[in-house]
Amino acid sequence: MLVSTKWLADYISIKGLDPAELAEKITRSGIEVDAIIDRSQGMKNVVVGYVLECKKHPEADKLNICQVDVGEEVTQIICGAENIAANQKVIVARPGAVLSGGIKIKKAKLRGEESNGMICSLQEIGIEGKLVPKAYADGIYVLPSETQTGADALEILGLHDTVLELGLTPNRADAMSMLGVAYEVGAILSEDMKYPEISYNSSTEVAENVLKLRVEDLDANPMYVAKVVKNIKIGESPLWLQQRLMAAGVRPHNNVVDVTNYVLMEYGQPLHAFDYDRLQTGEIVVRTARQGEKITTLDNQQRELQAHHLVITNGQEAVAIAGVMGGANTEVHEGTTTIVIESAYFKPASVRQTSKDHNLRSDASSRFEKSVDPNRVIAAAERAAQLISELAGGEVLQGSVMVDELDKSQKEVIVSPDFINNRLGMKISFEEMTSILSRLKFEYEAANGLLYIKAPTRRQDIQIEEDIIEEIARIYGYDEIPMTLPEGETTPGGLTPYQAQRRIVRNYLEGAGLLQAITYSLTSKELAQAFALETAPITELLMPMSEERSILRQSLVPHLLEAATYNLARKAESVALFETGSVFLGETSEGLLHEEEHVAAVITGKWLDHSWQGERKTVDFFVLKGIIEGLFLKLGLDKLTSFEQAQVDGLHPGRTAKIFLADKPIGIIGQLHPTDQKKRDLKETYVMELNLAKLLTFSLEPLLYKAVPRFPSITRDIALVVERAKPAAELEKVIRGAGGKLLKDVRVFDLYEGEKMEQGQKSVAFSLTYEDPQRTLTDEEVVKTHSKVLKALEIEGNAQLRG
Amino acid sequence: MELQLQQLKEEAISKIQAASTVKELQEVRVAYLGKKGPITDLLKGMGKLPAEERPKMGTLVNVIREEVTAFLDERSILLEEVAIQQQLENESIDVTLPGRPVKTGNGHPLTRVVEEIEDLFISMGYEVAEGPEVEKDYYNFEALNLPKGHPARDMQDSFYISEDILLRTHTSPVQARTMEAKGGEPIKIICPGKVYRRDNDDATHSHQFTQIEGLVIGENIRMSDLKGTLSVFAKKMFGDDREIRLRPSFFPFTEPSVEMDISCFKCGGSGCNVCKKTGWLEILGAGMVHPNVLEMAGYDSKRLSGFAFGMGPERIAMLKYGVEDIRHFYTNDVRFVSQFHRTEV
Ligand SMILES: [Zn+2]
Repeated sequence: MLVSTKWLADYISIKGLDPAELAEKITRSGIEVDAIIDRSQGMKNVVVGYVLECKKHPEADKLNICQVDVGEEVTQIICGAENIAANQKVIVARPGAVLSGGIKIKKAKLRGEESNGMICSLQEIGIEGKLVPKAYADGIYVLPSETQTGADALEILGLHDTVLELGLTPNRADAMSMLGVAYEVGAILSEDMKYPEISYNSSTEVAENVLKLRVEDLDANPMYVAKVVKNIKIGESPLWLQQRLMAAGVRPHNNVVDVTNYVLMEYGQPLHAFDYDRLQTGEIVVRTARQGEKITTLDNQQRELQAHHLVITNGQEAVAIAGVMGGANTEVHEGTTTIVIESAYFKPASVRQTSKDHNLRSDASSRFEKSVDPNRVIAAAERAAQLISELAGGEVLQGSVMVDELDKSQKEVIVSPDFINNRLGMKISFEEMTSILSRLKFEYEAANGLLYIKAPTRRQDIQIEEDIIEEIARIYGYDEIPMTLPEGETTPGGLTPYQAQRRIVRNYLEGAGLLQAITYSLTSKELAQAFALETAPITELLMPMSEERSILRQSLVPHLLEAATYNLARKAESVALFETGSVFLGETSEGLLHEEEHVAAVITGKWLDHSWQGERKTVDFFVLKGIIEGLFLKLGLDKLTSFEQAQVDGLHPGRTAKIFLADKPIGIIGQLHPTDQKKRDLKETYVMELNLAKLLTFSLEPLLYKAVPRFPSITRDIALVVERAKPAAELEKVIRGAGGKLLKDVRVFDLYEGEKMEQGQKSVAFSLTYEDPQRTLTDEEVVKTHSKVLKALEIEGNAQLRG
Repeated sequence: MELQLQQLKEEAISKIQAASTVKELQEVRVAYLGKKGPITDLLKGMGKLPAEERPKMGTLVNVIREEVTAFLDERSILLEEVAIQQQLENESIDVTLPGRPVKTGNGHPLTRVVEEIEDLFISMGYEVAEGPEVEKDYYNFEALNLPKGHPARDMQDSFYISEDILLRTHTSPVQARTMEAKGGEPIKIICPGKVYRRDNDDATHSHQFTQIEGLVIGENIRMSDLKGTLSVFAKKMFGDDREIRLRPSFFPFTEPSVEMDISCFKCGGSGCNVCKKTGWLEILGAGMVHPNVLEMAGYDSKRLSGFAFGMGPERIAMLKYGVEDIRHFYTNDVRFVSQFHRTEV
């Protein structure tokens, strides 16, 4: 809503506040002023000129040499506008003038002819092109002939004005009008406002005799008022009206349309004017549309209607979409002599739906859909009749044609002053409260310690006690509310164990050298299930904004890989990212999705670079595996987890493992398949993803101290020759099985697959630690157990002891 | 014999003095005092001496042996010192060379902001509540006083996956769920999480972003409690000298509704480019929980009241760290994320 402070002064005194001060007060007490617009924009030295003579430039077809009376003198100005002519009053920027955008005007010579200034279009003095009346859209603006030559043109055009742009929240539809804003300012400044006076002479002819009205859907249209004005003469509106419309962001058209728009801005009540003769039938019928019925609206679009759309008809065909836009067939035109002015109340939900269906939002629909003031429907119609009779010379027919079933009563809210103070934590006196209600023009009665408040119908947002609390508090001032903290029982607060553990996981991964990433949950069909630990039917958006963001992800890996590609393309030497986030795995019985929190990582490029001491390392499988093992250790899951060679789409078939927790799958780790790697412009890259929720909810025994060994341990190393495909973990399992209680630890300390081995074989060396917490082991015992281990390896493990 | 001994001693001493390394000295020690050395030989040969001479000679041998040992030890200390000096010299390094890097990463700036806010409210007795990102229309809208057909819930603005299920547009459904679960009991929670809106991604919009909201319900919770709580938050988060101000606003789930500004932490309120010359920064929206919201969750809105507030960690991070484009948070450029390595307390 654009509020011209000059226009506002018609209704309310702003007590000499400057616009910035007024804006601050409005913002602090209820409605945010988004911008303060100085319409003069620092322009100066722009006057009204009278074109005495206008002739073609001998050297240039498109230029005219004009002799212009600018008050002080007659001066020559060259003008290129097509619509320039002698005897026009025009806007002249004198030499030394500053125009919109800081453009400075100087004396100049154009093709040998002197030009002392510039004749201006409205755009050149800072009016948006879309607001300039169509007749002047491509040329200079022509002022009314009675305008005083030499006068300050900015003053004449009302540009010494400041406009406040209000950012209205949906509850404050009452402020979508000048009168509404005047009420608000009046309450803030404790000032009474002036209403426009409406009076005009009616003709003796009675409106009801020339127009019939029938409303078939009283629910969607409980009130319809029509006035008929005869013998009007369509023309340009007076300058004051055009100015005000442009200040309010509305383009002037002709006197009738301009009046309907003016009253819309003034009262917040949308009006529509029909050409009575084009209506043809002398009848208005409001009904729901027939499915598939067509109408061409004022914007020359043919629109197909549905059965739930409300239309205004002439009894036969639609002449307007109710509350949204009029039809082209009954549009007021240059030759119009008789008009029907419509002022109505259309049900908000109906207009909202219709405007949405047609993707058509107008100044009218945006007001109807938030409910207009039921008590202004008639007043607005009368105001329009008055202005049209004044400005278009018409005769207003007597009376109105009306259907009125609208409830215009005020909502009563009963509230106790104590309740208000308790909720606010304040002590506002009864007198102060009632004074605020008076300033807001809310009627009230006090009885039994309660306030019986009647909110005016323009404030449809006032429905409950809390609404009154807000009104009192905002006018009293939020700065006056004291600062306290909630009383009563204190609670300890904190993270749940799950949340605390999740932070530990993040901190661990950061400490291990990874940066935390946050990627999008929405992805493409192609990526939705890639690398997923488990897949479920995909979940698609009904109305995605792009294919790329149309489906909920089932793995975190694809977007991490995208981030890796992004970084490598920007010359990053190494990328090591992790993310914790949800994946979405199909519907639950409740209709929601199975959301599971996962953690994933991607590493590529250099891992360690300490080159001056000769230590450089690029990432490999075991870097990432080591990080995962460290994580399991941190979570106390190291003894419960295992890795098994596996095949996963998109990963290297020989360098991929599934990860198990207590024998249940919990994650994957692997090298990106070389084909995928190439496709994604990556170097050797490793990824992992774990089901974080399962990791963090696995229940563990409480941590208990175990005695530090008091007796020495004995270590035996063995080197085994096995088939190359034999997993070390299997051998370890055999060793542990045979080693029994005395075997404390098994560790791989060497791996050899070189040329000294027979084809298809490898050597794996283990270090075994034997220990008994109760006593010192004898050699004999160790030898006995160790030979058991060796035997088991030979038989169960198919392993030969090496040399 | 005596003479022989004296000679031996002098010989040994001169060799000791000639020894220039610990190793050479050790050779001298072995040569003269070792098991095969001349002094040992002499001691062994004492058996051949007459019995009366043996004690005297024994004493003499021991004296000489001690003297030689003393010389040896003295020289040894000296030579060891020299050796250490030498070693230190050889081992000298250029301490200005770079150290062996310890690979460390760091958290995302949004996580950093969210955890800071969580911790701040935890210290005031709040619990952290979370909920699903894919929500029922009921919890996302209806339970929050946004019935079907309400203008603020345009299909165009939300990602629906069916008539009734959508990606949550705010973290408020967690509040609705918590209220329902608590069955009329007091609540003090903070709800962080990802939310989604049907916006085109640009410098100030992101179709996915984060939110953190707070909710307190109890007996006699007042608007002054909201103001006091927000003031504590503003001071802890943005500095002790921060002032706050409340401006009226509108949210369907609170009444009264406010927006909170803090005095600009860059200029202190005098006006700068961060606060667009106003001296104030808009930080969050808040209000007293709407009675409809309380009643729908089974709370008696006459007996209990509450306040709620909500903010965007992106906006806070952008203000705090001077980030100019919201897309930085989701591009995961290592040159961006790694700037948040440093810790702040
Ligand atoms: Zn500032």
